Amino acid sequence: MSTETLQELTRRPYAAGFVTQVESDTFPPGLDEDVIRRLSAKKGEPEFLLDWRLKAFRHWKTMREPTWQAVTYAPIDYQAISYYSAPKQKPVKASLDEVDPEILRTYEKLGIPLHEQKLLQNVAVDAVFDSVSVATTFKDKLAKAGVIFCSFSEAVREHPELVKKYLGTVVPYSDNYFAALNSAVFSDGSFVYIPKGVRCPMELSTYFRINAAETGQFERTLIVAEEGSYVSYLEGCTAPQRDTNQLHAAVVELVALDNATIKYSTVQNWYPGDAEGRGGIYNFVTKRGIAHRAAKISWTQVETGSAITWKYPSVILKGDDSVGEFYSVALTNHMQQADTGTKMVHIGKNSRSTIVSKGISAGRGQNTYRGLVKVLKSAENARNYTQCDSLLLGDKCGAHTVPYIEVKNASAQVEHEASTSKIGEDQLFYCRQRGISQEDAVSMIVNGFCRQVFKELPMEFAVEAQKLLGVSLEGSVG
Amino acid sequence: MALLTVRNLHARVAGKDILKGIDLEVAPGEVHAIMGPNGSGKSTLASVLAGRDGYEVTQGEVLFDGKPLLELSPEARAAAGVFLAFQYPVEIPGVGNIHFLRTALNAQRRAKGLEELDAMDFLQLAKEKSKLVQLDAAFMNRSVNEGFSGGEKKRNEIFQMAVLEPRLAILDETDSGLDIDALRTVAGGVNALRSPERGMVLITHYQRLLDYIVPDKVHVIAAGRIVRSGGRELALELEEKGYGWLGLDGGKKATAEARR
Repeated sequence: MSTETLQELTRRPYAAGFVTQVESDTFPPGLDEDVIRRLSAKKGEPEFLLDWRLKAFRHWKTMREPTWQAVTYAPIDYQAISYYSAPKQKPVKASLDEVDPEILRTYEKLGIPLHEQKLLQNVAVDAVFDSVSVATTFKDKLAKAGVIFCSFSEAVREHPELVKKYLGTVVPYSDNYFAALNSAVFSDGSFVYIPKGVRCPMELSTYFRINAAETGQFERTLIVAEEGSYVSYLEGCTAPQRDTNQLHAAVVELVALDNATIKYSTVQNWYPGDAEGRGGIYNFVTKRGIAHRAAKISWTQVETGSAITWKYPSVILKGDDSVGEFYSVALTNHMQQADTGTKMVHIGKNSRSTIVSKGISAGRGQNTYRGLVKVLKSAENARNYTQCDSLLLGDKCGAHTVPYIEVKNASAQVEHEASTSKIGEDQLFYCRQRGISQEDAVSMIVNGFCRQVFKELPMEFAVEAQKLLGVSLEGSVG
Repeated sequence: MALLTVRNLHARVAGKDILKGIDLEVAPGEVHAIMGPNGSGKSTLASVLAGRDGYEVTQGEVLFDGKPLLELSPEARAAAGVFLAFQYPVEIPGVGNIHFLRTALNAQRRAKGLEELDAMDFLQLAKEKSKLVQLDAAFMNRSVNEGFSGGEKKRNEIFQMAVLEPRLAILDETDSGLDIDALRTVAGGVNALRSPERGMVLITHYQRLLDYIVPDKVHVIAAGRIVRSGGRELALELEEKGYGWLGLDGGKKATAEARR
């Protein structure tokens, strides 16, 4: 494998690295109970939520940052982070005309038009800028179907009973260090509610943008799919190029009630830091879903950004005949580190899970798959299939696979397959002999390697994901 | 003018001299067979002509259409019209056969300043060409060579050649690993692609292939040099007498392999 091509391919500039000039309302750095009270007051939250935040904060203070993951970074000073930053404007917009044009332009530059006339076909977007949601599109159309899709803050105001009923039921505030921190200080995020038997008429998506410096982003997403409903949800993320590290600690909770299906797709492209490892986002995220009887939760993620990725989108297969899926592509380049995977916890009878993980390491990137398949005693006839493939580009990167399997029911069938390969000279030469340039050949081979995962993505995201991997689009989709 | 001119070509691999002065001239429309025992340098010659990494040319020159070939990248040689049918076609998991070939064809067309073919036109072309080697549609959507049988891989090479329409086709042991039916199919495809403008170089260990693709010229290569050239009859003589006949120490090896 020629190093020049790799260097060329891996040296592409980060296109989303610009900064938007907006006046922001930003808390000074620091974290104590007073900050949390001010944050809660600013958002006009009900008592129950403030109490929950404070409980989370008190619990967080008793916890220690985890150290078991295969990543290294300098200690984070949690007092040096600002826990709230919002563009100066009213938090809820009656119409998009009231949104700061600078912010609209930002999203447009990122390929996410929010103007009514330019809306993405059949995708409703909730745009989260730093700590708050600035716009949500297609609300009326969704409301007609009974679907609630709004910012988390709005959900707290308009549907407090739903928030109260489900918040923290999948990821309790005490779950882990970063989830506890998020529970204490989360500022916004998305909320989705699909009523019984409704098939959500369009894709829902949230686009997260970190803009301000020295802030953390702590959003929280809650999706509730009532019995027999269906929703497909996408999230995208970018951040400006800065030489300091920024913390992003999000929590996502999914509740799929009986016979419901939630498909959750992520294209994560936070700023990864420069070639020497300066700057970049620390992406420490807790994502988990609970699948009730015959419900299905499917996670698909394409992780190309962030200096460090630490996330394990998981499914608790609580109901009988429930289904969990995890499809992942994680690419680490330069000095990026990823420790990612999933947990499938089988509780219900005949519950099934599928895990397909594709790790690509280039430069000096380190990529770890870490996954747990746990079959409890109750999970008669549980099935799991796991496939972990790693692709190495160059000889300074690393790929690691750490599967944990715990089975307490003898009728379970658990399969694990793993492979590690390098892009071969032979493959490259074969492509080039047919007239394909070296660079296109690398893209094509990498893209082929990821195909099993890409085909799980909705069309729009499949396109974006391929672009992110530096792949020529021609003919590769569909 | 000759399509391909090889003059006094010397090449080494991993510090070892393999080609020690090859001379070869292929005119448009001609089919040349290059035969020789294992390790004689047949496949090295193919790799050097196609531009594979790791082969160092230490002396001599190669002209393609009168222009120096060796300074071009492999993809530029492909665009100029040099095609190599691989002895061991490579698998590329997850990349559709038809997508791969269209990307290749369009890359070559771009290099020549031609318009790219859109998906519909390409599919039409591919369908037509696939008949030459009896490949069906299901085959097109599978990943490049992945899970193909030996015969399917070789048929796929000829199919690619049919679509890319090279000026010079080098077939590196295309007959190896084929049963008699597959050999007939592949040879049929190759014969259909013979044309007054196209030159072909067939690299083979056995004369069997030459029963189906009748060459204009036959060369015997040994220890990095062409030691004998002639017409079709040379191959037949070789078959009868073995490589040992020419005083080549590879004779025993060739027989041993033939028995396998």
